[in-house]
Amino acid sequence: MITIAHAYVIGGLFFAGVALLSVADATNPRRLRTFAFWGLLATSFLAGTHLGDFGNGLLALGLVVLATLGLGAGRAETTSPDERRQSAMRRGNSLFLPALIIPAVALAGTLAAKQTQWGPMLIDPSQATLVSLVLGVLIAIAVAMVWFRPPALAPLQEGRRLLDAVGWAAILPQMLASLGAVFLAAGMGAQVGRLFSEFIPLEGRLVAVSAYCIGMALFTVVMGNAFAAFPVMTAAVGLPILVGELGGDPARVCAIGMLAGFCGTLMTPMAANFNVVPANLLDLPDRKSALNGVIRAQIPTAIPLLLVNIALMRFLAFPT
Amino acid sequence: MLVLLGIGVVVLGFILRANPLLVVMAAALTTGLAAAWTPDADLATMYRAAVATLAAFGRAFNDNRYVSVVWLVLAAVGLLERAGLQERARSAVANVKAATAGRLLWAYFVLRQATAAIGLTSLGGHAQMVRPLIAPMAEGAAEAKYGVLPDRQRFLIRAHAAAADNIGLFFGEDIFVAIASILLIKGFLEQNGVIVEPLSLSLWAIPTAISALLIHGARLWLLDRHLARTLAVDANGRVTAP
Repeated sequence: MITIAHAYVIGGLFFAGVALLSVADATNPRRLRTFAFWGLLATSFLAGTHLGDFGNGLLALGLVVLATLGLGAGRAETTSPDERRQSAMRRGNSLFLPALIIPAVALAGTLAAKQTQWGPMLIDPSQATLVSLVLGVLIAIAVAMVWFRPPALAPLQEGRRLLDAVGWAAILPQMLASLGAVFLAAGMGAQVGRLFSEFIPLEGRLVAVSAYCIGMALFTVVMGNAFAAFPVMTAAVGLPILVGELGGDPARVCAIGMLAGFCGTLMTPMAANFNVVPANLLDLPDRKSALNGVIRAQIPTAIPLLLVNIALMRFLAFPT
Repeated sequence: MLVLLGIGVVVLGFILRANPLLVVMAAALTTGLAAAWTPDADLATMYRAAVATLAAFGRAFNDNRYVSVVWLVLAAVGLLERAGLQERARSAVANVKAATAGRLLWAYFVLRQATAAIGLTSLGGHAQMVRPLIAPMAEGAAEAKYGVLPDRQRFLIRAHAAAADNIGLFFGEDIFVAIASILLIKGFLEQNGVIVEPLSLSLWAIPTAISALLIHGARLWLLDRHLARTLAVDANGRVTAP
């Protein structure tokens, strides 16, 4: 059975390859730092289970120090724009097929692991989507290598080219998830809940609904994740006031409340994988600013949608 | 009450525009130290608290490696780009007369929302779909109409390609019963003694999903109007950027 542990080994080898190619690239002005950064990440993927909690903490601290000092980007070996245009003309629309292998295998693997008798023997059902995604990537690489016949190191070089574009933002989602765990252990949720219920008068349905929805969105902006905001805001306002005092239907309050949080996700650079990573991947010139192009494109949808959510909850969540 | 300082550090980091990784680490350490602080805590106690916080962070970092394993996809996407996938996507769309940047992004947005609503959230994504296919297609549609794009419009279209992916995903996935957010709501309510069916949760995600479809559809229509206004084509077929 293929488990997530195997995926970590493959990921570790990939990051190690990127690190080694970086240190060998004289065009990267900060090649030692770039090497150390991806090398540390590779260590985490290959040996993280043996480092101990404090060792992993030091490793994360090392990544933070290197990222704060600044990483460089090299010039990975790739094809020229002209070569690409010619290849695109020659190969035609069949070029789209290998791109569809990844989602197709991810989907088929997930379904097989969860819905069939034989699937779980092949793929660990508890992490089926991720394991299948990694499988899909490996198959797509194999197809591309056979079809295009690029140099043997091309997958690593091309991966490095794109990973250099993403930069340290690549580990921000993982770091934010870890911060969430520390917040949880310190009892942050209960504290925020107390703050909210002490200082805001929540009388009347519209005021309470607005406080819950806007609170969900704002707390999501700070945490970068509606999943972190939801238990806090729902324990503080959603359940005791909207459901308990005002008689709201818990399923409707929670379903719409979560979506109000998603409006916050659209507006924050803390939601790194949704808002910062694409800005890097698309080479947006303002990718380093707090309100980058992606976020500015989303705010005019997010704010009206937040107001709609408030209205929907006000009129749908109180059936009596 | 002191642990709230951790959130304060995040907000302060935002304002000072510090490196977000540094902000995250500082917020974690602040929270851990604040939780351990009492008026008579001495240095040794605080040192132990700092070590314990770093260990807790390290454990969580190790447990969350699955978040970063997806970068492997860049090796495959890079290989396809090397063979001209972006160029192909661009020219394939340029041949479709009715295609505009806004309409193309709208079609992707609807597809993304619809597939997410039946649980197929892995069919999209920024590394797999937006960078290699959707953004070049949207740019290609605009280029076929207006010629070479000025930077401003090019980057606006790219940003909208990422936005269409995000908004389609967020306001589609909650309609599917077995998605993480629905399971989180169900689990949270159960801990608080309220039993709900996942189906009733996903049912009440539908009104917001329809609203998102209407609002973002209007936004993409406005994007086309904006491009038409700012990229007026003169008689010789040249773009006259104001």
